[in-house]
Amino acid sequence: MNYSNRLKNLTLIFLASISLGLVACSDDEGEMPEVPATYVMEDQMARPAINTVFVTTGNKDNFNQTVPSQMGANFASAFESRLLALNAGYTTNALGHDAATFSGVLATDVLNVSLNGTTTFFDGTNVLTGRTLADDVISVELLLIFGGPDGTANPGLTDDHVDANDKAFLSTFPYMATPW
Amino acid sequence: MKKTITLFAGLFVLATGIYLSAADHNEAPAVMGLGTDLADLFAYESPNNSNNMVLAATVSGLLSPNATATASFDEDMMIEFNIDNNGDNIEDLVVQCTFENNKVQMYGPYAPAAPGTSSTIDATEGMIEADITPYGTNAIVVSDGGISLFAGPRDDPFFFDLNQFGDILGGTATSFNNPGDDSLKGTNVLAIVAELPKSLLGSGESINLWVETKRKQ
Repeated sequence: MNYSNRLKNLTLIFLASISLGLVACSDDEGEMPEVPATYVMEDQMARPAINTVFVTTGNKDNFNQTVPSQMGANFASAFESRLLALNAGYTTNALGHDAATFSGVLATDVLNVSLNGTTTFFDGTNVLTGRTLADDVISVELLLIFGGPDGTANPGLTDDHVDANDKAFLSTFPYMATPW
Repeated sequence: MKKTITLFAGLFVLATGIYLSAADHNEAPAVMGLGTDLADLFAYESPNNSNNMVLAATVSGLLSPNATATASFDEDMMIEFNIDNNGDNIEDLVVQCTFENNKVQMYGPYAPAAPGTSSTIDATEGMIEADITPYGTNAIVVSDGGISLFAGPRDDPFFFDLNQFGDILGGTATSFNNPGDDSLKGTNVLAIVAELPKSLLGSGESINLWVETKRKQ
């Protein structure tokens, strides 16, 4: 939030608190009505590294402030430019997506999660049906960006060769490993 | 060769600002260093009960062990899981988590008063509360009405050779190493994990999910 917006918000909050005060003063019971607090969005994400990799430096805050239903319209073409800057030789990927289709899928940053089947980012068969702790999500994304239609293009860029977490996950809730 | 040169010339342009970012850690200037900076989102069928889904989010990434001992959830933050049931990418249900007095409160899933960038909590809806697990102690888990809840520091489950990727984008390397080096090795995050019946999330075949952090005004 820039300074003038912050100032504007502070002013609004100040005015709102004055009017609330007036309401309270005119209330013979003297009880302040309980107003539920408002929470305003600061960050959002679904799939890993989307904002990091695909949103240009000056637009990262803007992306975080855009609701997912508006992301495609606002960001798909910028994502396509970014995709082609990352991989100028992009044709299609292993999902069969051309640059425009893949950019459109990426720009709407939501995670599809199956309620009745396997939940995984990619397990060799199922694609984007959820995300487990152990999913090697970065290598999946690299493969889709650099790997070409059959995953064999740019072999030095399609796998970071970090295939697992640095600490074993737990078999029971809460599943994530204890902290270092 | 020309293709390679074009590829790396393109990558070079993208190098700025990626070094300290990861899954969503530290990715944008306005949230950098704030408690509301999301690191990651996970959603998967419970390995112990196929009727359940696990929803998990992490914030305050890249904590050293020393920093973890004094790290705490921002008390003005809401972590909100957003669930779209009909494919329009507008939330139909939310799960809202707040952090007060060393405890975590979880509301929902329920339909929000209105979708979008502002949220309120409907205090008439059911709420589950658990102690936030302090650093260095066993996980505190509260289970109520078929829902399990945990909040506290954990090892960051994300892994990526981010430094080598930065070098590739910066033009000082042309490929990943094998084996790579996990840039998040030995770092922690603050995590919230909830396990709940899938039936609470929708009756269709799938949902669209995303997580938001919101700040109390």
